[in-house]
Amino acid sequence: MKISELQEQVVSEFSLFNDWMDKYNYLIEMGKSIPVIEDVYKTDQYVITGCQSKVWLHADYKDGKIIFTADSDAVITKGIVNLLIRVLSRHSPDEILDADMNFIEKIGLREHLSPTRSNGLSSMIKQMKLYALAFKTKSVSGN
Amino acid sequence: MSRFPVDKIREDFPILWQTAYNRPLIYLDNAASTQKPVQVIRTVSGYYETDNCNIHRGVHFLSQRATEAYEGTRKVVQRFINAASSNEVIFTKGTTESINLVASSFGKKYISKGDEVLISIMEHHSNFVPWQQMCIEKDAKIRYIPIHQNGELDMAAFREVVNEKTKLIAITHVSNVLGTINPVKEIIRYAHSFNIPVLVDGAQSVSHLGADMHDLDCDFFCFSGHKMYAPMGIGVLYGKEKFLEDLPPYQSGGEMIKEVYTDHTTFNDLPFKFEAGTPNVEGVYGLRAAILYLQDLGMNNIRDYEQELLHYATDKLSAMGDIRIIGTAKEKTSLISFLIGNIHPYDAGVIIDKMGIAVRTGHHCAMPLIDWYGIPATVRASFAFYNTVEEIDSLMEAIITVKQMFG
Repeated sequence: MKISELQEQVVSEFSLFNDWMDKYNYLIEMGKSIPVIEDVYKTDQYVITGCQSKVWLHADYKDGKIIFTADSDAVITKGIVNLLIRVLSRHSPDEILDADMNFIEKIGLREHLSPTRSNGLSSMIKQMKLYALAFKTKSVSGN
Repeated sequence: MSRFPVDKIREDFPILWQTAYNRPLIYLDNAASTQKPVQVIRTVSGYYETDNCNIHRGVHFLSQRATEAYEGTRKVVQRFINAASSNEVIFTKGTTESINLVASSFGKKYISKGDEVLISIMEHHSNFVPWQQMCIEKDAKIRYIPIHQNGELDMAAFREVVNEKTKLIAITHVSNVLGTINPVKEIIRYAHSFNIPVLVDGAQSVSHLGADMHDLDCDFFCFSGHKMYAPMGIGVLYGKEKFLEDLPPYQSGGEMIKEVYTDHTTFNDLPFKFEAGTPNVEGVYGLRAAILYLQDLGMNNIRDYEQELLHYATDKLSAMGDIRIIGTAKEKTSLISFLIGNIHPYDAGVIIDKMGIAVRTGHHCAMPLIDWYGIPATVRASFAFYNTVEEIDSLMEAIITVKQMFG
């Protein structure tokens, strides 16, 4: 499925919720099924700065696709990261770099995007795109 | 509860009359910034309606009026903090700038290689980093007063660490994370017995305890307007005249200059020497209105009522179980940091916010302290005199919801 289609899928899931509590309960559930980062990568080197909670993110590159794994010490953050992984993981660097992450606004999580020190969602997206850029550069120079 | 007229006081704070996420807005982030009463808001807008102009320079009608109000406020501040002279009151942007000013000017004049500056482990970054950076620059050493687990300073360790190399002690009056009221008077007395000057960070104390420079006898005292119901961007540095006379200027330009020649400049007298550039005149107007508002309510009445709120909230939280209060000093202002079971403060904060309640989560700009406790962050509820026990009850309900969602 394309990134845009995956985003639509998330948006339609969230449209079922009537109130914020259902939405956050769903995020909490999402957090439980995150593709967990291996312990060896749960180090400061893989921490995303700019988040009030700790987020570790790792990316592997296989067959032209990037596979993300992550973890966080906060449950809601874990749910949000998992949403990002669900949308972006297993796509090519170009697809990830071109992705317009509009689903976040549509599901009402824009407040997590604001550029304050307490909100790390934009840092997470930036880091995922940086991985994509790094793998793209690597594969181009490798060719 | 007391007969403190909280309902009537809330009428003065229009921002509190609104809803957040369809619930009544409950503002419990007063340690970050307090709300402003209409008396302050009207004074600031009134300044622009009738008095706005640049001060000190003009001989015209408006300039004289605004200058009189500006300098009159210096005297209002002097009386409010019981300083010996209005020359000891310097207007700054806030506590951070006040501390940076002293760190820079005091560092230039008095700190050399191998000297020591003593702060505590509970300092806000604003009373931490300026000293750390100055010490790095000067090849001096920064040392820390440790604390006990309950959030009180280890006074025995403090006496141990003071030595002949100690050139200055910078200590917060009240911890912005723990609420601990530090025994600054005792620290100052001890430091002065070795002729060591003391700077007190009063950002978290003035709005709760007032401040008395004569009684404290500190050498520098810093506070921010916006944490005491005044506008943002205005603050005060109090300094004993002998130090302020002695210290070199911090920034140059504007009213701090006496005469400029092509090869040198002479600087103005106190207090102008430390007020470079066009000052924050509207902020000074607002600060005066805020001080008058506080004096009208009475600092003792404020303190008594806020202590009631603190004890009410502490009792409720303690009774809830599975709550760890960070900072259980005997003497505290109306501020509680806590953890809810193993729930990350960020998770708790997001849900509490959705229930219309503003609390702070994070390290509260005191990372060394949070690290010392070995915790990721805290949830902090900080109360002002316009808060009510009903609002604290709502906070408790929100905490129960948090426990249900993450439990």
